[in-house]
Amino acid sequence: MNPKTKKKVTKTIAHVFLIIASFFFIIPFIWMVSTSLKPLTQVFTYPPEWIPNPFQWKNYLDAMEYIPFFTYLNNTVIITLVSTLGVVISCPLVAYSFAKLEWKGRNVFFFITIAVMMIPGQVTMIPLFLIFNKLGWVGTPLPLIVPAFFGVPFYIFLLRQFFLGLPDDLRDAAKIDGAGEFRIYWQILLPLAKPAVLAVGLFQFMGSWTDFIGPLLYLTNETQYTLSLGLQQFQTQMGTEWGLMMAVSTMMTLPIIILFFFLQKTFIQGITFSGIK
Amino acid sequence: MAELSKATNTRPVNEVRKKKSFIKSNIHGWLFASPWIIGFLAFFAFPLIASIYFSFTTYSILKPGDFVGVQNYKELMQDDLFWKSIYNTIYFTIFYVPLSIIFGVALAMMLNMKVKGMAIYRTIFFLPTLVPHVALAVLWMWLLNPGFGLINGMLEIIGIQGPNWLGSETWSKPSLVLMSLWGIGQAVIIYLAGLGDIPNELYEAAEVDGANWWQKTRNVTIPLLTPVIFFNLVMGAIGAFQQFTLPYTMTQGQGTPANSLTFYVMYLYDNAFKYFQMGYASAMAWILFIIIMSLTAVIFITSNRWVHYQGK
Repeated sequence: MNPKTKKKVTKTIAHVFLIIASFFFIIPFIWMVSTSLKPLTQVFTYPPEWIPNPFQWKNYLDAMEYIPFFTYLNNTVIITLVSTLGVVISCPLVAYSFAKLEWKGRNVFFFITIAVMMIPGQVTMIPLFLIFNKLGWVGTPLPLIVPAFFGVPFYIFLLRQFFLGLPDDLRDAAKIDGAGEFRIYWQILLPLAKPAVLAVGLFQFMGSWTDFIGPLLYLTNETQYTLSLGLQQFQTQMGTEWGLMMAVSTMMTLPIIILFFFLQKTFIQGITFSGIK
Repeated sequence: MAELSKATNTRPVNEVRKKKSFIKSNIHGWLFASPWIIGFLAFFAFPLIASIYFSFTTYSILKPGDFVGVQNYKELMQDDLFWKSIYNTIYFTIFYVPLSIIFGVALAMMLNMKVKGMAIYRTIFFLPTLVPHVALAVLWMWLLNPGFGLINGMLEIIGIQGPNWLGSETWSKPSLVLMSLWGIGQAVIIYLAGLGDIPNELYEAAEVDGANWWQKTRNVTIPLLTPVIFFNLVMGAIGAFQQFTLPYTMTQGQGTPANSLTFYVMYLYDNAFKYFQMGYASAMAWILFIIIMSLTAVIFITSNRWVHYQGK
């Protein structure tokens, strides 16, 4: 076989495997969308019907009335955007300090940061809850937002790896020109780290958007619920409102899918491990 | 003469300047890192220490509680559900983590072949990570339904009588492993990034030596991917030990059937926020911490043998 046909064969095999795997990954999603358009009586037919007949667009309207959709959406958007903003401001700053500035205790503290990544959230969950309770923050979105402004170890780690890969010459040149540390960071290195900042922002955005345990713990008042908590309200003692629940799930998922589809290339560029040691 | 004095004069000036810039950069370093230093102290260090203390008390939100020494730990040793939850959690971790690495690496390698439609494939594999967990749980309850679920329907076509999945004590945990594997998209993305970091010259060199696909995978890709595998192994094991949302939403916090889906953190959560036994739950949290730390230590110690870093 000549190399060209060989390559073609390998790629075809890869496609076959990828398609099979895709099938496994996409089926539940397709079912989610399909159920969101079915009347309740059609949800459990066997064998399953993939195409709703008729398309019940009404589910979407009903779902928005069944739970206070726009209130929950509003809450989710605020928590997600503000916490993402917090992460994007704080983490690159800290990561830059770990990667490019020299200071006493830097390596020790970086090691501590890595160790913190390994602390299960549940260990700190109870005291944190008590602290936030003392501060009167339980029942408000603050516990879900404020910590983001003080750095997240995993993101700091990812960003540090990225900054390590950027050349020092730029920094030196700017220094000779008399630029201050903050200006060097803000005008030269931060713009270069855009893919990594985007990756971190997207991680936070997705995590916050679908977060369940955080809102479950801290949002005690129904008017402050997020969509992921709202979804649970479709499951009642009387049974589950499948169509409506899936309608809200679809509305929740679609925006991030579109976001991911367009940003994925930069997203993957932003994650680098070449500097791990 | 004049030149000599000039030369001797500059040295101290240089040193002073060096010292000054050292202090300056020190200050800048601390300043840039300060949000995280505060965050670390407030959201990690302090709660960590507080939780040790709580674990020795009968603290609850309602009552201040008393210091009881190791009473909580003693009681836990006699708590059957505690042991059951440990068993469930270890079972899940042992099956889930290795499988997630094998499938994750395999998918990432296929995606890395620069096939057409990469963007679409990547989005598809990432899809499950984007679906809210509550919906995910409900979706899988339907797929795995013994009566009208899709999976048993497909098994029937090839003549296999499917099990009762989530309704059966034996199959509930394997079901959960399957469901969780569906969410490996994030790990795949990280592997993909790792694959992108492998220099192309290495493959070219291997090709010149006449290496076939399997030899290249075994001798170039896998060894150079080990740091990322290592990272995902540590994070995956930690994550598996903290399994919560999926079984919690699926069983509405009950861990049914017969507590076969009561995972460690679910039981911890119940103790803390359902029964308000914060002291007891803190003791559980610390036991979890010690388990995870020992596990991580073991992975770290063995990593010298199998993790290869580039440029070393």
